Amino acid sequence: MSGDTNEKSMSIIVTKGTLDWAYPPFILATTAAAMGLDVTMFFTFYGLTLLKKDLDLKVNPLGNAAMEMPMGGGHMAMPNILAALPGATALTTNMMKNMIKKKGVASIEELRELAIEADVKMIACQMTMDLFEYKKEDMIDGPVLGGAASWVDVATRSDINLYI
Amino acid sequence: MADQVLDAKGLNCPLPILRTKKALKDMPTGATLEVLATDPGAVKDFEAFCRTTGNELVSSGEAGGIYSFVIKHTA
Repeated sequence: MSGDTNEKSMSIIVTKGTLDWAYPPFILATTAAAMGLDVTMFFTFYGLTLLKKDLDLKVNPLGNAAMEMPMGGGHMAMPNILAALPGATALTTNMMKNMIKKKGVASIEELRELAIEADVKMIACQMTMDLFEYKKEDMIDGPVLGGAASWVDVATRSDINLYI
Repeated sequence: MADQVLDAKGLNCPLPILRTKKALKDMPTGATLEVLATDPGAVKDFEAFCRTTGNELVSSGEAGGIYSFVIKHTA
């Protein structure tokens, strides 16, 4: 980010990999980078799936009583017993993706690309790679492999540290 | 009249800010960029963007649901 006067920095630990939870870290990372901050994202556990070449993100309202979708002028929540049925994940994912498109919200693929373009540094958790048997060739190019110590090192030098 | 106009209408957070940053990067210091947006959150966001980056928010206004921001590339 040459030419930027802002020397502040931010780190984000990304632990969740569902379609809904993928948004906060990428929105904050791209925005902070656009505002001149030096940004590092550490992807661990389910967050690591966000670094796969082929993203197939899903969302299910199961166990999330706060999730409601706009419908017919009001809002509808899905009872857990319905959310547990086969096809409920596909249905909810499709609904959310349609809303994302309709409301001019960026896709996660787009935000990830913008983050890379903006020189956001990405660290992929080596332990999670081993644990879930992810292969390096399934992941996008760019992120470096590292562990907890790598994040702590970045965090001690960051003005803002977030856990999402 | 701004030197360049960026149409960010219909885009939601954080795209208007990201597109603005991209446009400013390619503009010479002192040049002005007018951003058009329909996201009501942009009003506060462009103030914040300019305050943090040091670019100058020359003017901001709204007409018929379209927000416009003129930003001078100073940082």
